[in-house]
Parts: sequence; structure tokens; C-alpha cells
Amino acid sequence: MSRPPVPLHLAVALEGAGWHPAAWREPDARPADLFTARYWADLVAEAERGLLDLVTLEDSLGLQSSVRTGPDGRTDQVRGRLDAVLTAARIAPLTRHIGLVPVAVVTHTEPFHLSKAVATLDHVSSGRAGVQVRVSATPDEAAHFGRRDVPRLPIAELDSPAGRALLDELFGEAADYVEVVRRLWDSWEDDAEIRDVATGRFIDREKLHYIDFEGRHFKVKGPSITPRPPQGQPVVAALAHRTEPFRLVAGSADLGFTTPHDTAQAASIVAEIRSEQERAGRGGETVHVFGDLVVFLDEEPGRAAERRARLDAALAAPHTGDAQVFAGTAAELADLLADFAQAGLTGFRLRPATLPYDLARITRDLVPELQRRGLFRASYQADTLRGLLGLPRPANRYTPA
Amino acid sequence: MSKPVKQIHLAAHFPGVNNTTVWSDPAAGSQIDFSSFVHLARTAERAKFDFLFLAEGLRLREQRGRIHDLDVVGRPDTFTVLAALAGVTDRLGLAGTINSTFNEPYEVARQFASLDHLSDGRAAWNVVTSWDEFTGENFRRGGYLAREDRYARAQQFLAAVRALLDSWHGDEIVADRASGTFLDAPGPGRFDHHVDQFDISGHFNVPRSPQGHPVIFQAGDSEQGREFAASAADAIFTRHGTLDAGKAFYADVKGRLAKYGRTPEQLLILPGVTFVLGDTEADAREKADVIRHQQVSGATAITFVERLWNRDLTAYDPDGPLPDVEPLDDADPIVRGRADANRQDRAETLAQWRAVAEEKKLSIRELVIELTGRQSFIGTPAQVAQELDDFVQADASDGFILAPHLTPGGLDEFVDTVVPLLQERGVFRTEYEGTTLRDHLGLAHPDHPRTAAGAGGARAAS
Repeated sequence: MSRPPVPLHLAVALEGAGWHPAAWREPDARPADLFTARYWADLVAEAERGLLDLVTLEDSLGLQSSVRTGPDGRTDQVRGRLDAVLTAARIAPLTRHIGLVPVAVVTHTEPFHLSKAVATLDHVSSGRAGVQVRVSATPDEAAHFGRRDVPRLPIAELDSPAGRALLDELFGEAADYVEVVRRLWDSWEDDAEIRDVATGRFIDREKLHYIDFEGRHFKVKGPSITPRPPQGQPVVAALAHRTEPFRLVAGSADLGFTTPHDTAQAASIVAEIRSEQERAGRGGETVHVFGDLVVFLDEEPGRAAERRARLDAALAAPHTGDAQVFAGTAAELADLLADFAQAGLTGFRLRPATLPYDLARITRDLVPELQRRGLFRASYQADTLRGLLGLPRPANRYTPA
Repeated sequence: MSKPVKQIHLAAHFPGVNNTTVWSDPAAGSQIDFSSFVHLARTAERAKFDFLFLAEGLRLREQRGRIHDLDVVGRPDTFTVLAALAGVTDRLGLAGTINSTFNEPYEVARQFASLDHLSDGRAAWNVVTSWDEFTGENFRRGGYLAREDRYARAQQFLAAVRALLDSWHGDEIVADRASGTFLDAPGPGRFDHHVDQFDISGHFNVPRSPQGHPVIFQAGDSEQGREFAASAADAIFTRHGTLDAGKAFYADVKGRLAKYGRTPEQLLILPGVTFVLGDTEADAREKADVIRHQQVSGATAITFVERLWNRDLTAYDPDGPLPDVEPLDDADPIVRGRADANRQDRAETLAQWRAVAEEKKLSIRELVIELTGRQSFIGTPAQVAQELDDFVQADASDGFILAPHLTPGGLDEFVDTVVPLLQERGVFRTEYEGTTLRDHLGLAHPDHPRTAAGAGGARAAS
């Protein structure tokens, strides 16, 4: 109990008009601006004013849906989105400190393209890039590419033999994908560009490396066309709800987003990831485990719960998702976060229920409350996202020791 | 009645991976740092240019089995740089080459639609198609496409992307808070597209962007390329040649438009050009010569002739005569990842080179400098302005894509000295009149609800 508080890491997840399906109907919502750069730039600027570690930007290769099996045909919720990597790049020159972590789907896309895109996001943001890798497991999204079949499995059947086989396949492929992306980031040593006028050599080609990756799902030769990014390795994140993605986080990522609903669940998730981390031989590396929470925040007691009830009333049934929904004051949320941190979570990713309102309550009410408790930074202390997360700039795997 | 004076379109090509970029100059900056891209983009926008252009390469070039190291190597990702540049410019068009062999239409369509939203309507796509397995080794889908299939692939890819972009008609989003209606109908973006290269269906997830479609470029001067451009492109990025060659190309390509129901203004012809400016013509010529020698070092000259001989010539002195040995016709190509890797007319070319070297008494390096062409426009700002204007008014082009030889400051002098002269002549804008790249280029916004009202056909099935 008397341990000095360990500062928390804090992220926000940006999605449409907010994470509640009726958020776009709020008086301060900007549903007409969802497809403009200004909307996203304003939100990220607000997050940066709150000194947050990073923002994630949601993405998918299909329309949003209230069901996991494909489009739901609804007309009363936000549908349509912009490419998250490009949105992050658009915002990068307008911000200076905050990490930019777009979601990217790794099931139907090319690791070579994603590797250079995130490397370039790191170049244009001077070292603030990350990527949240996401698996696509629906036949509808597979049909958008027309190159492979993915069986239709309801969420309830994921624990059937067929469900487990599919998850093993998709998350195994994701692990290979991240390995390729990471090798490509290292495929240029930091000092490969020499511009030696005397010999006419622009690069020292001994410092460029073929990655020669051959896995079950694909082969990639390398090297990248893009030099090593400023962070060396941009931050790789993944959202994880069960064993297969926990293994991906433990074996391949720097940051896992998890969805515990109480401290006991938090402790058991952290324990599972730590144990998988040991198994993957990464016991000595920092892998952050953040807890995700949907938040309604108001300083006036009871008002956040009222807002939640009002928004839920617009739906057929109250909104529940993968993450716990919190409605309360900043002080109450700070108490909850401190409890979760005791269970081993190293930070939190808050999903504002409505935008921009709940984001501003995070930056203007929650952050000062955490600062008063010594649980959050008072100013940015690092230039890169890895720096903010306390991750060292890694040595290049191809540089001789 | 005299012909109306044509307005010139100008674009800036970020100096890249080819021998026109002089990286060895003390003034040469980074090819990767975002600040270099910002400098060139802001310079082009200050001068009211139509757009900035980024090329693409997806495998580092190799010669004699090793990564080619004598030229600029490496570049950032095209889409990501263009999106970031949208944040530091307001009106400048943002054009990039994106390969149709190593991508899928759904992804490319959502990237261009997103870029167009994020730039308020300034996106352009130079559609290229590779056919080499060498590049394919970097991609999970592999790369092999028979050379003769590449235009079919490009056409089908472009048609698929257009079908995806047209799957949203532009007024689906109602966002009426009171009634709780976000969409006018369920399931927007419905598409079904089944051709031999693509078998795709579902829902596209990016609403219609400001331009509807990005501006489409086709690069390449072949017969198939001309026909593809005439049928489907908004602009051709072509090779620069003589005034007469330009006029012939221009007449040929514009003449093909009618059979596709298109008018000459609907396809712009924009050659890629280089320039050298001086206080006097002699000064400019002298500078041009220095630049040519910077561009073609002795080692670069050897690698150039190796590509024709198809064998190792590193033992030869670049300042000496042409190699006395014969080319290796049957060996595997020693160079990979270049467009000119397949030489069909080796013996004939070799005879020409020998004749030129003999006649003009040229060393290997001097011959390569001679063969790889001088800069397109050399002279005082007034001379260059006059020549550019004459070229356009003579219907040899509709404008130019300028490739400076220095990164990032190589366009500064042109913008400060030549552009004002073009503006004085009344052939180049002094302010942007529209906001989108289609506005700048005088191109219609396809199927936009504003212009296609009542057309009906663009409305997606729900």
C-alpha cells in the first residue's frame, strides 16, 4: 500500500463519433465532418493537449457492423470510414509529441506495403509511429479481395475445433506478417546511406539486407525500399480477448490492448500474457498490457450515467461491447484505474463514448486528477513514441554485434 | 481567327531513383526526410503549380546480382508521404505512382478515396503495371504477369477501382439527429465485379470523395499505352522529345479520343522534362555540362554500358575507348528491376554506339553522357519561358512535369525566375481558381451529384 505510485500510460482510441452507437446524435457531435481531415486533426490535438501517450485510429476492410458476421443493414449508425494509416499521416505534421497508432488489417494486405507505410509514418512524424495489427475473420471482407475463402463462424463457435483452427491460422499468419514487417524495418542499417562522392557510392550495400522470410503463408525477399525508421522499430500493438491474440501480443507486439471487466480478470490476463512472453523467449522485453474502457465522464455526480442511459434509450437494447463501460466522475475513474494498475496493467486505452465531449473530459478532468495523484506525467519527456512508453531504441538484428 | 492561347500546366517531380538526381552536390539534401518533401511541395504551391508527383519502386535495383549502389537508393511510401503533404499544403495536387500488379483494387480504392477526402480533392494516381517476378519476390501474391497481359491487368484494375469508387453516389449520408437517420438506405457501397483478373463483391467502406475519382495518369508511350490512355486516363506522363516528335505524339493520342466519345480537353499530355537556368545562354550550357558529368560518373558510365553488353565491364577504364569484347546475348540479364532490362535490339544498338564513339572520338563516359541526353530546356529564364510556351502553343504538350536535379531546392530558381515570366505572358495562373486538382487541370468531376444530377445510373443498388 505504501509503494510510491508508478505513473500510468494513457491512450485514447478514436472511432467515428465515439464508441457508443448513438454518439453521432449528441448536440456537440460532428457527424457531417467524419470524413474530413480537420475533424481528426482537432481530436488528436485535444489528445495531445492532455499529454497522452498515443491515439489509436480504428479501421477495417468492411463497413462497421453491430454483428461480427458481416454488414448489418442498419441506417441509424455511423457507416463508412477513412484509411487509418493515411489519416495518421495527414495529422502527423500538425502534432509534435503524441504517438500515432493506426489500425491496419494484416489478413488480406501485403506486409511489404504496410512495413514501408508505417516506416514512412515514422519518418513524417519524427519517430511517433506505431501500428495496431488486426486480423480479418469474416467471409464478407474476404470477398472484397476475392483471393481466399474465410468460413463464416459465429462468435459462439470460436471454441469449436473449426473455430480454433481458423483462429490459429489467422493469428499464426498475423505473427508471420509482423515478423516480416519488423525484419523489413531492420533491412537497412541506420548508417547504410553513405553518399561517398569519391567512390560514387550512395549506399554501403553491405548494410542492406535481404530478409528472405519464408513462412507457411508467404515469402518475402526484401530489403525494404524505405530506410530504417527513426525509432528503429515503430511500436506494434494488438487488441486481444483470448489465448490466440494473447500469444500474438506476447510473441510479436510491444503493446497489448485487453478488456478486463474486473481486477481479477485483469490479473489473470496479465499473467497469461507474461507466461506466453516467457514461452516466446521475450521475458526480458517490455510488453505493455493496457486495459480498454469505454468512458462516459462528467464532473457532476450521476450525470455521466444519465447520459449513458439517454444514449442507450436510442437503441433497442443498452450498448455493451467487448470492453467494460464506465460512467462516472474523473475521480471515480482515477480510483478504478489505480485498482486495475495494482493488478498489473501498465496503462489504459480509453474509448470515449462520445466525441469530442468525453475526450475533452479525459484531457481536462481525468488527466489533472491523475497528475494530482502522481500517476501521470506533467509534460512530455520524450521525442518518440517508444520513448514515451519507456521502450529503448532497439539494436538492428542485422548489425553485427 | 487565331487560335486561343493555351494555359500551361506545371508539376514538380520529386527527384528520385535515376541518374538525373545529383546526390553528390553539397547542396543535395535528404531523399527521405519529410522536410525535403515539404520544401518541394511548398515551393510548387507558392508558384501555383498544378501538382507534385511521386514515383514508386517496389524492389531495389540490382546489377551483377548486387544492389545497385551508384545512384539514389531508397524512398518513402508514396501514399503516406502524399497524405502527410496534404497537411502542409492547401491547393497543390498530390499525384503518386501506384502499381496495379502488387495491390488489390479494394485497398487501392480506399487509399485513393481516403487521400482525396484528406486533401479536399487533390489526389491523382499514375497507374503502372509491372510484370517481373523479381519485384514479385517482395509480395505474398507473387509477381508473375505475362508481359502481354499487363495492360489487360491495368485496365481491369482501373475499372475495378472505378466500380468501387462509384459504389457510393455521394448523398447517402443524411446524419439527421432528430430522426436518428445516418444513412438514407441500408448497405451503402454495394459492388459486384467479376472479370478474369478480379472476382470481388461486397460493400466499399469509404464514402464518395470530393473529386469522385482521383485524376488518372498513364505513363508510357507504347501503342497499348496510348490506347489505354485514350480510353481511360485523364493525363499522360510521357517522355520528352523534339518539338516535332511532341506534335506527332500529341496529334496521335488526341486523335484517338473521339472513338471513346471523349474530347481533346479530357486528356492532358504532360512530358517529364529537366531544365538548367543561367544568367546567359553560355552560362546555362556550361552548368548543364557540369551537371551531366555529376550525373554520369565513371562508375555509372560502366554500369550503363554493362546493361547493353550484358557482362561485367568493371575492368575497363571509363575514360578509355568502348570495350573491344562482344556482348553476351544468351546470358541471363545482369540487371534487374529496371524498365529497360530487356533489350531486344542489342546488335543494332551496339553498332550505333560504336559509330558515334568512333566519329566523335568519345570515351565510355563521354559516350554515355552523349547518349543519355542533355537536359530538356537550357538557357536564360526568358529563353526557357519562351521555349516552354512555344512547345505548348504548338500543340506538342499541354504542360510539363519538371524534374529538378537537386533535392529539395532544385525547383526554387525556376519558380522565382521562369514562372513570373510565364505569368507575364498570360499563359500560367497567378492564383488558383478552384480547390481540387480536377479544377486546376480543367477536368470534370466524374459522376459527381452536382454535375450528374438526374443521371441516375451512378446510384448504387441498396
